[in-house]
Amino acid sequence: MNTTRKVLFYFPRSETDKPIVYRLVKEFDLMVNIFRAKVTPEEEGYLLLDLTGTEEDIRRACDWIRSLGVQIREGVKGVRWDEDRCTSCGNCVTHCPTRALFIPQRSSMKVSFDPNQCIECMNCLDMCPFGACSSVF
Amino acid sequence: MKTYDEINAKIEAKKAVVLTAEEIIGYAEKKGVEAAAREVDVVTTATFGPMCSSGCFLNFGHARPRMRITEAWLDDVAVYSGIAAVDAYLGATQLRHNDPANMDYPGEFRFGGGHVIEKLVAGEKVQLFALSYGTDDYPRRELRTWITMDDLNQAVMVNPRNCYQNYNVAVNSSDRPIYTYLGMLKPGMRNAGYSSAGQLSPLLNDPLYRTIGVGTAVWLAGAWGHVYAPGTQFASLCARGPNDVPMEGAGTLALTGDMKKMRSRFVRGVRLVGYGVSLALGVGIPIPILDEDVLRRTTVRDRDIFATVIDYGKDYPERNGKTLGRVSYEELKSGEINLGGVRVETGSMSSYAMAQEISQILKDEISRGEFLLSPPMRSFPPDQSMKSLEIRGRNS
Repeated sequence: MNTTRKVLFYFPRSETDKPIVYRLVKEFDLMVNIFRAKVTPEEEGYLLLDLTGTEEDIRRACDWIRSLGVQIREGVKGVRWDEDRCTSCGNCVTHCPTRALFIPQRSSMKVSFDPNQCIECMNCLDMCPFGACSSVF
Repeated sequence: MKTYDEINAKIEAKKAVVLTAEEIIGYAEKKGVEAAAREVDVVTTATFGPMCSSGCFLNFGHARPRMRITEAWLDDVAVYSGIAAVDAYLGATQLRHNDPANMDYPGEFRFGGGHVIEKLVAGEKVQLFALSYGTDDYPRRELRTWITMDDLNQAVMVNPRNCYQNYNVAVNSSDRPIYTYLGMLKPGMRNAGYSSAGQLSPLLNDPLYRTIGVGTAVWLAGAWGHVYAPGTQFASLCARGPNDVPMEGAGTLALTGDMKKMRSRFVRGVRLVGYGVSLALGVGIPIPILDEDVLRRTTVRDRDIFATVIDYGKDYPERNGKTLGRVSYEELKSGEINLGGVRVETGSMSSYAMAQEISQILKDEISRGEFLLSPPMRSFPPDQSMKSLEIRGRNS
C-alpha cells in the first residue's frame, strides 16, 4: 500500500552533486513531487517534496539520503498563515491554486488555511495585502 | 416617529434596542417594517477595507533649540511639512524613500505611509528625521530621533475620502496579468476583484443621506470620530436602482477622529503588488431609526445591491466609459459571478468578516450607553456630480 509523506531534505553544504531525485525514482520506486527547492553548489540548500511509495521503500530511501549527510525533517510547513494578521478580505482565494486558502462559510466570509492542501506556490506571499502569509525559509 | 434626542435618552438609560445592518434584515422580515421601526432605535453599519485617502496630522512638540521643520520623514516615509513649525501630515499612500516602485515590475511596495500609521497606533517606535533651513528664532537645521504615539501632542486622522458608497468590480480582458488597487487581475477575465461590505456598508444603508451628513458621529477604528464634510469625489448624481441604491461609486465621507484612541486591529498598512501602499481602516456608523423609511433602507440585502463590472485591462485606464454589466453582492460573495455565460472567480479587498465584527462592537458600545448619536448639522448635496480633468495645451 502506498503512502505519501511530505519531507524536507536539508543539505548542510555541497552534497548537491548526486542525482538524488533520479535515484529516489529509479532505485526506491518512489513518486516524487517537488514543492520547493534551492540547491546551489557550495552552499546550503533544501528540497521540499512529497514521497509516495510503500512504507518500506520510503524508509530505505530516507536511510540512503541520511547516509549522504543530508538531514531529513518531517512535518515541515514552508508557508505560514498568521491568523492575527489576516483580515479575511479574501483577495488571496482566487490566487491559491489548491484552495488551501479558502472561505469555508460564505455567511461569515472568514478566510481559513488548510496547510495540507498547500503546495507552496508562494502566490499568497505577494497577493496578501496585509502580509499574513510568509515563508519559513 | 422618533427624534435623535429620544434615541440618545434611551441609549443613556441603556435601554436602546440596537441591531446590526445584518440582523435587521431578518428582524424586519419577521416583525414587519412598521413594528420594527417602532421597536428598533439604532441599526449599526460598518466597513473595513483599504481607504487610500487617509492620513493624519501630527504634532511632534518642540526640540531644544527650536526647529521649524521644512522636510521630515517617519521611518523614511516623507511627511508633508508645509504647515506650522512642528506639524506634519502623513499620508497613507506615501512610499518609503528609495522605494523602487514599479521599476522592477511588478513592484513589491513593502512599506509606506499606511504602515507607519499602523505602527504608531500599535504603540511602536518610529524614527523621525527632519531638516530645516534655520531661522533666527528656529536655529536648528537637522534632527534625528525616535518617537512613539505617546510622545506626540496630537495625532488626528483626517481622511478626505473614506467609505465609498459602492465600488466597481474589476476584471482584465487583456492577455497579460495586471496589478491594480483591486488586486492582481489574471488575463482573459479569469478573476474579478470587488470592494464593499455590501448590505453592512454605511452609505448603502442610507442611500439618500437622510441620517449621514456633516457632523454625524462615527466609530473610526475604535475612536470617536465624525463626518467633517462630504468626501472628495462625492457624486450623489449617479445611476441608482429602484431602491435608490447607487450602482456605482456615488457618495463618499470625509472622516476625522483622534488617532490616539484607535485600536491597531482596525488600522492596518496595506501593500498591493504592482500598485502601491495604502491603509485599511475600520469604520462603523450608527443609523438612528427615525421612521419607517429610514428602517426600510437599512433592510437592504446583498441581492438588491448591484455593482458595475469594468475592464481594468482597457476601459478603466482609458476612461472610455464602457462597462461590462452589473452583478449583485450576493453573487460576488458567492465566490463567482457570471459574465456573459462565463463563470469568473471573485476575490475581495474589503473584509466582510471585519465589517461584521465592527458592526457588533458598535452595537455593544451603543447598548452599554457608551456611544451617542449626533444629528447632521448639514445635509450632503443631493445633486452633485463629478468633474473630469481637461488636459489643455499642445500636448493633449
